[in-house]
Amino acid sequence: MKVVIIGNGMVGYKFCEKILSKTTNVELVVFGEETRPAYDRVHLSEYFSGKSADDLTLAGIEWYELNDIKLHLGDPVQSIDRVKKVVHSHLGISESYDYLVLATGSAAFVPPIPGVDKQGVFIYRTIEDLEMMQQHARKAKRGVVIGGGLLGLEAAKAMLDLGIADTSVIEFAPRLMPRQVDDAGASVLQNKLSALGLTIYTSKNTSEILGEETITGMRFSDDTILHTDMLVISAGIKPRDELAKAAELATGARGGIIVNEKLETSDPFIFAVGECALYNGMIYGLVAPGYEMADTVATNLTGGDKRFTGYDMSTKLKLIGIDVASFGDPFIETDQTRSLVFEDTLKGIYKRINISGDGKELLGGILVGEAAQYNMLLQTCKNKIVLPPNPEDLILGSRGGSEAEGAGVQGLPGDALICSCESVTKADICNAVTAGGCETLDGIKKCTKAGTGCGGCVPMVKDLLVYTMKSQGKYVRNVLCEHFNYSRQELFDLIKINDLRSYDEVLNKLGQGDGCELCKPPVASILASLWGEMILKKGNDTAQDSNDRFLANIQKGGTYSVVPRIPGGEITPDKLIVIGQVAKQYNLYTKITGGQRIDLFGAHLGDLPDIWQQLIAAGFESGHAYGKSLRTVKSCVGSTWCRFGLHDSVSFAIRIEERYRGLRSPHKLKGGVSGCIRECAEAQSKDFGIIATEKGWNLMVCGNGGSKPQHALLLAADLDSETCIRYIDRFLMFYIRTADTLTRTATWLNKMEGGMDYLRNVVVNDSLGMAAQWEAEMQLLVDSYKCEWKEAIENVEIRKRFNHFVNAPEKDPSIQFEPMREQKKVADWK
Amino acid sequence: MLTDQTTLNWFAACNVADVPANGGVCVKYQETQIALFHFARRDEWYATQNECPHRKQMALSRGMIGTQNDEPKVACPFHKKTFSLTTGECLTGDECSIKTYPVKVDNGQVWIGVED
Ligand code: SRM
Ligand SMILES: Cc1cc2nc3c(=O)[nH]c(=O)nc-3n(C[C@H](O)[C@H](O)[C@H](O)COP(=O)(O)OP(=O)(O)OC[C@H]3O[C@@H](n4cnc5c(N)ncnc54)[C@H](O)[C@@H]3O)c2cc1C
Ligand code: SF4
Ligand code: FES
Repeated sequence: MKVVIIGNGMVGYKFCEKILSKTTNVELVVFGEETRPAYDRVHLSEYFSGKSADDLTLAGIEWYELNDIKLHLGDPVQSIDRVKKVVHSHLGISESYDYLVLATGSAAFVPPIPGVDKQGVFIYRTIEDLEMMQQHARKAKRGVVIGGGLLGLEAAKAMLDLGIADTSVIEFAPRLMPRQVDDAGASVLQNKLSALGLTIYTSKNTSEILGEETITGMRFSDDTILHTDMLVISAGIKPRDELAKAAELATGARGGIIVNEKLETSDPFIFAVGECALYNGMIYGLVAPGYEMADTVATNLTGGDKRFTGYDMSTKLKLIGIDVASFGDPFIETDQTRSLVFEDTLKGIYKRINISGDGKELLGGILVGEAAQYNMLLQTCKNKIVLPPNPEDLILGSRGGSEAEGAGVQGLPGDALICSCESVTKADICNAVTAGGCETLDGIKKCTKAGTGCGGCVPMVKDLLVYTMKSQGKYVRNVLCEHFNYSRQELFDLIKINDLRSYDEVLNKLGQGDGCELCKPPVASILASLWGEMILKKGNDTAQDSNDRFLANIQKGGTYSVVPRIPGGEITPDKLIVIGQVAKQYNLYTKITGGQRIDLFGAHLGDLPDIWQQLIAAGFESGHAYGKSLRTVKSCVGSTWCRFGLHDSVSFAIRIEERYRGLRSPHKLKGGVSGCIRECAEAQSKDFGIIATEKGWNLMVCGNGGSKPQHALLLAADLDSETCIRYIDRFLMFYIRTADTLTRTATWLNKMEGGMDYLRNVVVNDSLGMAAQWEAEMQLLVDSYKCEWKEAIENVEIRKRFNHFVNAPEKDPSIQFEPMREQKKVADWK
Repeated sequence: MLTDQTTLNWFAACNVADVPANGGVCVKYQETQIALFHFARRDEWYATQNECPHRKQMALSRGMIGTQNDEPKVACPFHKKTFSLTTGECLTGDECSIKTYPVKVDNGQVWIGVED
């Protein structure tokens, strides 16, 4: 059997791959108009963010050679002789066929506006288009995109990537993305895009493109004019059916080659697939349905029986960093359905789900600004999974009360389609893990191809991998990076057992290669947690995260902040005066922080040692605001002044802050002590919070502020001060020893099997028999504490690192400030 | 990459001992800021522009160095974008890249080659 394929785009290529996986008894000839073998058009824009044409290639020329495919590139087919069953190419090649597959894709639709042929007007479809845009963009300052749909917004992103900050989008319809989102969603999206610097015009119709040879501007039907140096037209697609038309195959009135369920055209020996095919009055402008069409034809030609009966057009994209998704029927509005809508105009989030009247079925929806739930919602919709009693939990998350997390991956049926680009089901993935032995994401990608298309399903594939491995009783490895084949917990134990003291020793003994920014900070942190040595000790200094390395937080512009420790928030007038004097002397911006202390911003690297020298002389210490270490223990004023106070919460907060200052941990640590249940210190939002009771202290742990706030849970009640501190010692050592890197205590507890009951058993009942050892280890760290800024200013070697230039005394001349409300701020970054 | 045709002007940047092992320093050359790295583990020296092209911050000399598949790289302290120290290419998928300079070490003195 000899099959000729016209078009070497994404779908034409997929057809070759599919048919070769089903038979070896086929002769394939491919004609491609472009000069490159098929490449990934879906990720075309990544060409501007660093990917080369090679990176985008789906399979190199060698692949075609290896599979005996005759590939004619840069040679479009010009005519089809259906009687003789022969095609003729532009370069004069003729090839006969038994079956012909048209995979000619589509072209950008260019509206007939006078002047579209001027220089500086582009379309956005091929690598050549992008190369030409790149060339032109060098001299362009302003850019315009016609079309506010999926492709238009992608082109706008490309303009920004090309460095054209002044970019406008012109949409003919009254809203952006009219096919995917509704009015309310579009206005949220528009606000977000405007905030990013894009200018958006809707309901605007271009009447003329201005300029001599090169574009200089555009005129609209309302007679307004917009000046621009460059224009990209992205107003839709036009199926390439010219060849089919000439061969008198049936085509649609608005373009497209008419096909039936088997993708047969009006000639049973000719098929059409991908964006050139018109099925049931519809062009499918996405890659997944195109792949499904390719598979259908390949299956039928090799003796199978498969039908294409339409395709789900759900999509999720990241537009300029903004998630936009729509699934099922996004717009449905009838008497028998209802829609739940959540909108946060400040954060730019819009979510809508449409559910059946009986509340059982999810029919479709729209997500703008936050689409983490997309995969689960899509699966719930497609598999008609019965909705939880409060379907709003699906978009809002469960809010207190019983755990109504919604069904996780466990709840999905085996035939749930996880990767729609490559049609991989949940069962396929689970199978790859259990039978195929794939235990990494890469392994699953290789073995099932899931996640290799648009990549949208990758988070779900990961969840399935972890879930399947766990259900087999397997341990899921969570290694640091390519240099260490260990998790943080394993490394902690190994470094301790082997008594390793420097980053290089650890790497030589336990790792391979030269390390990187992923493994250096956690290893440096483990070394500090274990041995309590000065973190800038030679050898470990350059393994510290940048902020730790300079004992200060780097800020926009490259200056640093200075945060002296103010234990419990208590400070004397004299110390306040010193802070004021230092801030004045070095021209620093001062602000009270959210952690009850004072931050001095805008210090030059070279001034840090002098600033700290003065602060230390006045009795201050490092506040470790830069480290993964104890920040503050917030206090309320307590029984010394407050009429409700039960105990002296300030004294206890100071005692605790001084006990754990300098301690290095997987993430930062915060504490709080409140003098009564009114809880003015917000102790329940801290990693450890202490609240006075009539009989002593209640100890709460694993609270968190931040983006996912979580209340701390009660670990033990009515403790005396000594016991309370012992429990905190154990709790912190257990956390430091077992948490993954950059995991706060709240997340650590959420992942812990057995949860709070288990933690309480370990800390209070000493179920692991570690309590005495942990308390002793903590005491050692407490005793070895030294202020690292004090050590830094006293050590000439360390001190000389705080110069911007190694060969000149001056400060970084590129740093610039602007005045603001009697103080200064750093100039905005570009 | 520099070719033989271009004339290089070598200037003395600093002493070997001025640069921390496996770390970087910033060198001033006329009005240009150059990040100089001593990759002691591999006994290699690299120099690049000091400005991170992502947000135009003068910060790469304070970045952490390491490797990715054996390719030496530096991570910017601001948003951890990483750049190859040999080609200057951005390894975290951005279009931006950085300029690199040749380095030689002679008798405890570090020299950087610039095109004038
Ligand atoms: C200065 C301050 C804001 C202020 O002006 O008030 C601040 C400033 C920063 N916070 Fe914060 N946070 C500050 C209080 C808080 C609080 C409030 C509190 O502690 O009561 C929270 C929520 C409570 C919590 O942590 O659970 C908070 C949650 C965060 C988070 C999110 C942590 C999380 O678990 O999700 C980050 C990001 C991170 O650490 O990865 C963060 C990160 C940062 C960084 C370090 C970002 C960075 O890496 O550059 C900021 C450093 C600015 C600088 O240059 O100094 N900051 N940050 C506050 C300093 C407190 C202090 O005295 O040390
Ligand atoms: C910028 C951009 C972003 C996109 N993003 C997404 C996305 O996020 N998700 C998604 O699902 N889809 C996306 N798409 C759409 C997706 O790329 C297409 O659906 C897919 O490429 C269609 O494949 P195809 O093979 O049908 O057509 P094409 O990939 O266009 O291939 C057709 C090929 O046939 C050639 N050809 C035409 N006529 C002839 C002839 N006579 N002789 C020889 N060769 C001929 C053409 O030159 C072309 O190379 C995007 C498209 C673009 C342009
Ligand atoms: S909330 Fe964000 S912006 Fe504000 S200080 Fe914290 S990290 Fe910086
Ligand atoms: S400024 Fe360097 S990564 Fe953002």
